[in-house]
This record gives sequence, C-alpha cells and structure tokens, in this order.
Amino acid sequence: MRAVESRHAAHAPAAVPRMTALTALIKRDLRIALRVGGGALIGVLFFLTVVVLMPFAVGPDLALLTRLGPAILWLGALLASLLTLDRVFAADHEDGSLDLIVMGRTPLELACAAKALAHWIAAGLPLIIATPVLGLLLNLDAASTSAVALTLLAGTPALTFTGMIGAALAVTLHRGGLLLAVLVLPLSIPVLIFGVAASQAAISGPLWFGAPFSILCALSLVSFVVGPFAAAASLRQGLD
Amino acid sequence: MSLGPYASFIVTSYLLVTAVVLLLIAWITIDYRRQKQRLHELDASGVTRRSGRRAADIR
Amino acid sequence: MTLIDLANPTRFMTLSARVLPWLAAATAILLAIGLYQSAVAPDDYQQGATVKIMFIHVPNAWLSMMVWGVMSLAALGTLVWRHPLADVAAKAAAPIGAAFTFLALVTGSLWGRPMWGTYWEWDARLTSVLILFLMYLGLIALWRAVEDPSRAARAAAILTLVGAINLPIIKFSVDWWNTLHQPASVLRMGGPTLDRAFLIPLLMMALAFSFLFLTLHLAAMRNEILRRRVRTLQMRQARASSSEVGSSSEVDSGSREGSASRPEFGSA
Repeated sequence: MRAVESRHAAHAPAAVPRMTALTALIKRDLRIALRVGGGALIGVLFFLTVVVLMPFAVGPDLALLTRLGPAILWLGALLASLLTLDRVFAADHEDGSLDLIVMGRTPLELACAAKALAHWIAAGLPLIIATPVLGLLLNLDAASTSAVALTLLAGTPALTFTGMIGAALAVTLHRGGLLLAVLVLPLSIPVLIFGVAASQAAISGPLWFGAPFSILCALSLVSFVVGPFAAAASLRQGLD
Repeated sequence: MSLGPYASFIVTSYLLVTAVVLLLIAWITIDYRRQKQRLHELDASGVTRRSGRRAADIR
Repeated sequence: MTLIDLANPTRFMTLSARVLPWLAAATAILLAIGLYQSAVAPDDYQQGATVKIMFIHVPNAWLSMMVWGVMSLAALGTLVWRHPLADVAAKAAAPIGAAFTFLALVTGSLWGRPMWGTYWEWDARLTSVLILFLMYLGLIALWRAVEDPSRAARAAAILTLVGAINLPIIKFSVDWWNTLHQPASVLRMGGPTLDRAFLIPLLMMALAFSFLFLTLHLAAMRNEILRRRVRTLQMRQARASSSEVGSSSEVDSGSREGSASRPEFGSA
C-alpha cells in the first residue's frame, strides 16, 4: 500500500512538478515514523535514559552536573539519533519500496535528502523539544538550556545527514546495525566537538558563541550536500 | 650508546615496530602460500580457467 | 607502459613478481641506513635520547595518512574509471594502513610517557590518529561484511572517499577543541624547525617506511588477486559438480562469473 502510494506519486503525469514526489515521500515517511510503534519516540526515550543515568554515574553534585550539562545533553542526543538511524532505509528495504524509490524518476539524491529531512523532523526535532525538560534534571537554567537546544537545532541535521551515509552503506547487510554505528561515529565527532563548544561558549566561556556556532552550521550545510550524494551512491551499489 | 633514563621506552618502541612489521610480512607470506596451495588443489581436481591456463599458473 | 596495461591481472602478476624482490632489497637497505642514523643521532637538549622514538613515530603517522590517500585514489579508480585492479589495491592497503596507524598510536603513547608523564594525552595529534584508527577498523569491517568482492569494493570506495573528506575536518576540529581545552603547550622538539641532525634520520626513516609500504602493498595485492582466482574457480567447480548431480540443464559450467547470491566459499 505504502509502496503503491509512493510509486504512484513518483510516476505522476509529466505536468505534475517533481516537488510533489518529494513532498509525498516526506509525508509518507513522517506518517510511518509517527505511527509504527512509536519508532521516532524511542529516540526520545533513549535520550531520557542517558540523561537520567548520568547522575547515577557521576554523582548528584549539582555544580558538576551543571558544568557537564551541555556535554551530557549533546552526547545523549548523538547516541539517540544513532539508535534511530537504521530506520531511515531498513523498513523500506524490507518491503521492497526502496527498490522502487531507487528506480523512480526522482533523482535518488533528492529522494535521500527528503528521507533524511523526514527522519530529522520525526526523530531529531523531538530530541530538541525534550531538551528543556531534561535540562532541568541537569540543573541548567533557562538560558543555558536554550543555548544547548539552539546548538542541537543547528547540529542534529548534520548528524542525520551524515548518519544516512552509514545507513545506506549498511542497508543491505543483515546485521548491519553495529557496523553502522562504527561507520557513523567518526563523522559525528566534529559535530559533537563544535556543538558542545558552542553551548559552553554561550553559557560561560570567554569564547564568542558565534565562532563554534557558525562552524556547526557550516558542518550541517556541508552534510546537506555530501550526505545525499554519498547515500545515493551507496544505495545504487548496494541494490544492483 | 647511552639511551638515558627512559631506555626501556625507546627499546620497547623499536621492538614493537619490528614485531608488527614482521607480523605483517609473516601474514602476507602465509596468505600467499595458502592461496597457492588452494590453487594447486583446484588444479589437481581439474578445474580450468577461462583463458585455458592452469589454475596454479601464477605468472 | 600505460595504466591500462597494468589492468590485466595476469600481466600485473608477472610484473609484480619481477619488481618485488628489488623493492624488498631496497626497503631492507633503506631501513638499515635509517636505523643506523637514528642510533647515532645526538640527544635532544630537552628530551635526551627519547627523541629517537620520533624517528619511528613520525614516519608511521605520516604513512597512516598517506595510505588513506592511496586508498582514496584507488576508490576513485573503482568508482569513476572502474579500473580492475583498483579494488584489489584498496582492499590490500587497508590492513597495512591500520597497522601503521596502530604503531603511530603506540609509539606516540610510549613517547608521551617520558615527555608528558602520561601514557595517553588527548592532544590534537594523538586524538586525530585515534579517530583515524577507528575509521580504518570500520573500513576493514565493511570489506569483510559484504560477500561479493566487487560490491564490497564499491561500498568501501564510498566510505573511503567520505573518510578522506572527513579527515581534514576531524583534524581541524580536534586541533580547535584542543586549543580550547588544553592550557599547557605541548613540548616541541627544539623549536619550530627541526635541527638537521634530527631531520636527516627522520626523512631517511620516512623513506624507508614508504618503501616498506610499497613492498607490503604489492605483495598483498598479489595475494588478493590469487584469492579472487581461488574464489572464481571454487564457484566454477561447485557449479560443475552440481550439474553433474543432474539438477537443472540451464546451469552453464564455466563461462560466466557467479552472482552475489552464490554461497561464499571461504574467501577472506
């Protein structure tokens, strides 16, 4: 049913602009993500778990938690997005609609970008929305939490778009999950570095917030281009 | 040649590098022999290559 | 002799068989010279004799990055020009590069203990090399995860190129991160420019290790070609024996290579 729906959208009559195919893809992915067993919300649950576990590991010292707060939030968001990443292509691969998307008239790079966007809306945005609540647990004040949330807003797209490359490479492997994590982590480290640095700069540091924040935005922008191209190439070689 | 108070570190580093390099050479040599062995076995069981050359013909 | 002549694996095997002994001999000679020069090099006024670790640490670090560069070129060869030996070159290089990276990490750690008082230091160089090592391991894991050699080659090629783009980003990020967090300055060997007494042994060892890589890589490529030959012949043999058992008449023994769905017969 879903496959037919996307195929119909992709092979619409020539007069219908290509945008319709992409928006159909995004809407479809969003509907699936929000419907199927709360797949998107598992990420938020994991985020919550990581943040709650940290004080048990580090101690309840509030001053320490405040200092570590942005780092804990960023680490939790990174791991949570890693967890949900294989969903980008796995479900489609299983029911065969991935083959249809690859064979469709829409350029595969744009289709991958659309899927990444949908995944970020479904899995990344909830993390950002959950951040203020979790900031309370870590004794962060409103200004600090907003700073962290802002850096997450700028940085999680980079995590999604570069993570998509790993998801595309691992989609044809049966037990690709763990390999996916290993492939994606080196790509995420720069985002983590600048995300936390920007948060710290906004909260306390002598450093101007703009420097690491603009680098963070630059990383996201680069990933918008590199991610879909690399993911499309990976899908093509994996499915032929 | 006096290596100073940290001689053990220097010696360990050089020994480690030697060991890993020798390990690499050993692995490549053993792998080579294993592949040649398998090719000889395939040759003996009469499998032919597309070019008609013998399986164990390395050159 | 153009690159396309080398594309024939049999031709490559012949040529490499002739070149390999000379490369090995050259490597041995260069290593001997380099080791001698390292041994007689003077002590650094700050570090004493431990500067000798630099002569093996730095070449390994340089090589760890150079090998990724070689794999990136091979990756382009696979994806863009579909050069037949590009796959082989890339796969053969990965474990060797990983070994050099490991050595860079360990020698750096052993160098760090006398210099900084600790076995591990999250400075920009060591951290970048650690991430590079993780990337090598991920790449090797990817090579082993896909059964069909040509599909594995294309997946690995994409990851190699993404990694190559990512390496400068990582280096820059870690450098930046390090200046942010580390107030103490890292000891530099005798100033920004290296004294000639240290530079010559260093360059000689770098040259020797480069030749070492060339020799090992060429030998590993030969092994990989043989391994693929074994795989093809084993599949041909399996197909021939299954058609003898008398199943289907469409089984064509001995002309086309098998598809990716064929069972894997123990090729690494």
